[in-house]
Amino acid sequence: MNLILFTFIVLLGFTSYYFGRKKAYTIQSTKKRLTALPQFYGYYLAIWCAIPAFIIFSLWAIFEPTIVKLLILSDYSNQGYLDDELNLLYEKSKALSRGQFTGEITPFIEASAEKYLSLRSIAQSSKVVIVLSAIIASVAYAYKRISSNSRTREPVEKFLNAVLFTASLAAILTTVGIVFSLIFQTIDFFKVIPLFDFVFGTHWYPAKAFVRDSSEALDPTMYSDTFGAVPIFAGTFFIAFIAMCVAIPIGLMSGIYLAEYASTKVRQYAKPLIEILAGIPTVVYGFFAALTVGPFLKELGTSMGLEVSAESALAAGGVMGIMIIPFISSLSDDVITSVPQNLRDGSYAMGATKSETIKRVIFPAALPGIVGSILLGVSRAIGETMIVVMASGLAANLTLNPLESTSTITAQIVVILIGDQAFGDPKTQAAFALGMSLFLVTLCLNIVALRVVKKYREKYE
Amino acid sequence: MNKNKEQLLNKRYKAEQRFRLYGLSAIFMALLFLTIFIFKIFSTGYSAFQKTWLIVPVTFDAELMMLDQNPSKEDLQDADYYDIALKSMADLDPNANEDQENELKRMVSYFFEKEIKNELLNDPNLIGKTKEVYLTASDDLDQVFKGNYPRDLPEDQRRVSDYQLKIFDQLVANGKVESKFNISFFTNADSREAELAGIASSFMGSIFSILVCLMIAFPVAVLAAIYLEEFAPKNRFTDFIEVNINNLAAVPSIVFGLLGLGVLLAIFHLPRSTPLVGGITLSLMTLPTIIIAARASLKAVPPSIREAALAMGASRMQTTMHHTVPLSMPGTLSGTIIGLAQALGETAPLILIGMVAFVNTIPGSPMDPAASLPVQIYIWAESAERGFVEKVSACIMVLLGFLIIMNLFAQIIRHKFEKKWS
Repeated sequence: MNLILFTFIVLLGFTSYYFGRKKAYTIQSTKKRLTALPQFYGYYLAIWCAIPAFIIFSLWAIFEPTIVKLLILSDYSNQGYLDDELNLLYEKSKALSRGQFTGEITPFIEASAEKYLSLRSIAQSSKVVIVLSAIIASVAYAYKRISSNSRTREPVEKFLNAVLFTASLAAILTTVGIVFSLIFQTIDFFKVIPLFDFVFGTHWYPAKAFVRDSSEALDPTMYSDTFGAVPIFAGTFFIAFIAMCVAIPIGLMSGIYLAEYASTKVRQYAKPLIEILAGIPTVVYGFFAALTVGPFLKELGTSMGLEVSAESALAAGGVMGIMIIPFISSLSDDVITSVPQNLRDGSYAMGATKSETIKRVIFPAALPGIVGSILLGVSRAIGETMIVVMASGLAANLTLNPLESTSTITAQIVVILIGDQAFGDPKTQAAFALGMSLFLVTLCLNIVALRVVKKYREKYE
Repeated sequence: MNKNKEQLLNKRYKAEQRFRLYGLSAIFMALLFLTIFIFKIFSTGYSAFQKTWLIVPVTFDAELMMLDQNPSKEDLQDADYYDIALKSMADLDPNANEDQENELKRMVSYFFEKEIKNELLNDPNLIGKTKEVYLTASDDLDQVFKGNYPRDLPEDQRRVSDYQLKIFDQLVANGKVESKFNISFFTNADSREAELAGIASSFMGSIFSILVCLMIAFPVAVLAAIYLEEFAPKNRFTDFIEVNINNLAAVPSIVFGLLGLGVLLAIFHLPRSTPLVGGITLSLMTLPTIIIAARASLKAVPPSIREAALAMGASRMQTTMHHTVPLSMPGTLSGTIIGLAQALGETAPLILIGMVAFVNTIPGSPMDPAASLPVQIYIWAESAERGFVEKVSACIMVLLGFLIIMNLFAQIIRHKFEKKWS
């Protein structure tokens, strides 16, 4: 229904464009000068068609459900129901009207469902009438108003500018959305679990916090020693550390080699090949780590008499490191190539070999940029999810032994939120609190890293 | 003195060579990982494109099917096929006792009844006759036939019994086992049975999510990029937007999943597990990527183009819309495709919004529950059955194939259509 109406409005928009342009041509044929190109007259009318439609559609979307609900619940207003019961009644009749209701159908609910349906259809048809008449009225008004000396280009361009500006707000809206979705659940979580227990507690067993019956009173002592996030944070940084132990030497050395030693031909092939590693989806790395690397390390360990878990931190961290190699190698390659040539020439002129130049001149000069690229790599390692979920353990385990299994922030979020979630349950809220800490940590890393890289770029530009 | 100098020089040259070797071996290591990786996936996955069939003679006995003389089409639809299906399997070994008959039944997929039914529906004249029908082998026998199953394990650790293996070997010896291209892998939805599971549902889920993502992210990102690059005044607010975009590009993907869960599902009550929600979540994630690419390609259009248009009397909006934006389109489009390729491989946010649900129907619209290709990889990888391992690798091959095609496409657009300004 809405789709048909929408198509119809779009068609109306095109017709108004056509009429606007036609009017402009008629004015032109009477040898009067136009103030704008004829198409602008068309765009002008099309905008007059779109704006009222947009306003009415959004008002309807906001107010229709509330008004329908009020009208239906007014039937029950004097019967002494509680608010919650009324809400439930409303949801039941809505479900029944859609044919999705499973449960006992009482005459009350049936009557409400029928009323709901009739109200909806009244709302629908009145929406159609109001939207169409508003469009026709506004287009007709604008059509009468345009003449040879009316300004049409400026309003059209102003409108476009406003649209462009609104689009650029999308990034801010997304950030606001992220903070908004995290913060309320997080605050609710810390109302039950003290911040201190979360940050300094060393026991993490969210499974203990079973879904509570909503009629029971919330007993905070029930959750003591359940949501201590230290093992999770430690595991996250530990796995990220292992990953960086793999990624930094390999990534940095290949970046240096590509920038300073490689011939154009080697560079032409090796660089995109290494970057393929960055394009492989992380779930594929996860599968590789769980199926190949984990068992391989386990067998290797057994043959050397070590006890290695099949889901060791080493397997997850190592594979994650491979994933991060291209980020570090291409960023440090960029950074090194942007070091001015005269620094190199000066060093060569003093008799230094190439590697001495790199180690003593270029590397210090490029250091801020390299640090920035490493920080971005760390932020990626901390936020990486699938590899850890598939290849590392899911139970929190406070350990510094890379052969045992540990868990990370991201893995815990997935473990908690996979399947059905009950909002308002401390377990679910814990996932959001973890998400909040993840967001804050990566945000700080990113801001610092981007600052450092930017400062560095400015230095040599 | 001289000798000392020469020694020092030699040492320095050696250090030089060592350093060079480190660099070379770093690159070699990275490429080695890539090779092992691709080799491993292909070597485990290629066999999933073949499927094993048992050729079993089936007697279409009208009495056992409860059919009258001259049955109509509807009668054939409603007929009872279970008994003849069971009988034809049991007939493989005339001396089988009841337990063994059960084991014989489990040599084929539970779908065998339907396969026999389809055979008869295709040719109703078969009633009363015997015909050899292709039946899908159970996933364990499929793995045995492909040589992926360790037959030398003790019997109680195997999912195939010695008896089943004996009958199976007889069938193989008689040429009654055949391996054909696995069409059902591409046409079936997900299934709990490895031999029947296919990628059709997750494939459609991916396509729908990507389309939704494209429809939202592309227009918004391009408009935002145009504003920021061409119209935005240089002030604190636009600086803030810029910092925001750069940060968003580096926010972990799982946080976007929390956003989808906390806002799209909990507040807007959009339907769970659907490509619609998945697509919106992914579009928020790809937005910064596309904005950054679009801005870069707008920046690459030389100012002389703008100045020429302005000098001819065009307004700023006209200059932008008629000249700058069309010239920047190739770069924007290839950036968009790369962003979409990233979104296609994304798993974590989709898991959080419930696209991990087991879906055994093929979604027809973005409002139907679905999985996506990477999520399917995750679901299958978590299954214990041996038959799923090759399916995962095959699914990875399909996904990587798509990513390669998309990236090639982006390259082609960039090289063919982008103007080089010199």
